[in-house]
Amino acid sequence: MGGFDFDVIARGAPFIWGGMLLTLELTALAVTGGLLLGIVIALLRLSPLKPVSWLAAFYVNFLRSMPLILVIFWFYTLVPKMIGSSISGFQSVLIAFVLFEAAYYSEIIRAGIASVRAGQISAAMALGLTRLQAMRYVILPQAIRNMIPVLLTQSIIMLQDTSLVYVVGLRDFLTTAEIVANRDNRPIELYTMVAVVFLVVCFSLSRLVGRLRRKYSL
Amino acid sequence: MIELKNVDKWYGTFHVLDNCTMSIAKGEVVVICGPSGSGKSTLIKCVNGLEPFQKGIITVDGVSVGARETNLPKLRSRIGMVFQNFELFPHMTAAQNIVLAQQKVLGRDQAAADTKALALLDRMGLADHAAKYPAQLSGGQQQRVAIARALAMDPIAMLFDEPTSALDPEMISEVLDVMVALAEEGMTMAVVTHEMGFAHKVANRVVFMDQGAIVEDADKDAFFGTPRSERARLFLSKILRH
Repeated sequence: MGGFDFDVIARGAPFIWGGMLLTLELTALAVTGGLLLGIVIALLRLSPLKPVSWLAAFYVNFLRSMPLILVIFWFYTLVPKMIGSSISGFQSVLIAFVLFEAAYYSEIIRAGIASVRAGQISAAMALGLTRLQAMRYVILPQAIRNMIPVLLTQSIIMLQDTSLVYVVGLRDFLTTAEIVANRDNRPIELYTMVAVVFLVVCFSLSRLVGRLRRKYSL
Repeated sequence: MIELKNVDKWYGTFHVLDNCTMSIAKGEVVVICGPSGSGKSTLIKCVNGLEPFQKGIITVDGVSVGARETNLPKLRSRIGMVFQNFELFPHMTAAQNIVLAQQKVLGRDQAAADTKALALLDRMGLADHAAKYPAQLSGGQQQRVAIARALAMDPIAMLFDEPTSALDPEMISEVLDVMVALAEEGMTMAVVTHEMGFAHKVANRVVFMDQGAIVEDADKDAFFGTPRSERARLFLSKILRH
């Protein structure tokens, strides 16, 4: 087998880059969709209408109890049956990720809103702002500052979790590296490369989180 | 201008306000004092509807606070309120704090709101601090910004909820000075405070509360001279001893 062969990585790079693009695309779409749905669920959970709030709480607790891989399997087999036509593995996985991540994001957003002192909404309303205006101009800007670091941390976890898509046969970053590893019989080089890339990407993002935390802390 | 008639409020089974009746005429300064937990903060938060109440009537300038058809945001915009913990918006500069509601509630344009904010900051002795964030200001400076923020709405009355309780001793007077000046200009004020020096100087009347009830409502001189209730006498002897 010889020493560490960088050449095998270079040869596999174009193929693996394709996998990386899929990983990044899936992460970006899932984070965006998860955030939007997460905001909606967080607001529903804060609703004064008890049944609405309970329903949102049930959704969050249900999905947070499930292993992500189960949710992925579930949507891969369930969605085509539900809509009566087949959808791509990518689409089913994306739906699974969005629904799953939304449960986590909504909790972060809810905690962010709750982290703003109650006196702030009193002060805003005492000035004559409506509840909605107080939310928009006073509470949310502070809540978002408080939650940006945690949201980013959750998104880093999400990036790592995308490697689970191999179970439905999608060729993401890890899967493409694995294919090259098996083809060229060079697992050590390829898996080391995957580890280094994940380390570099996630560590850089974590540093960014730390910087944002300092910059926006109030 | 502010009338409370037989106001009752409960938190669950706890009777926070017990049949409170009082009034504040235009231009009058009324100090509300009493031991902690006596309901004085709750009482003035009922005046602008920040706290709901279950029984009785509160009217401000003829508008009923508790009535369902009352536009509470509109009413609140006409009553200034200053809080114990300042409650400046930490993500905005001092000037932005004062501008926000002028624009969003009163519909003033940016230029008019800015001019007003700077004029008020100047009056508070804070002209140099307009671009600073609350965290960069001392407690006394923050509270003066908060007073300016309330005044920017051109209120018909001002409510103060223990405005100096969270301040270091050396900063209390800079806030009280501003309040004394306001009182002397004829602002209608309800002030929850233990600052008896302030009460002595500018109050027309002193209201003493205990266990949710208004125990005494007297002219300043009568209150400090010979309080009628034993409870108020005891309270005064404790806070005036030193």
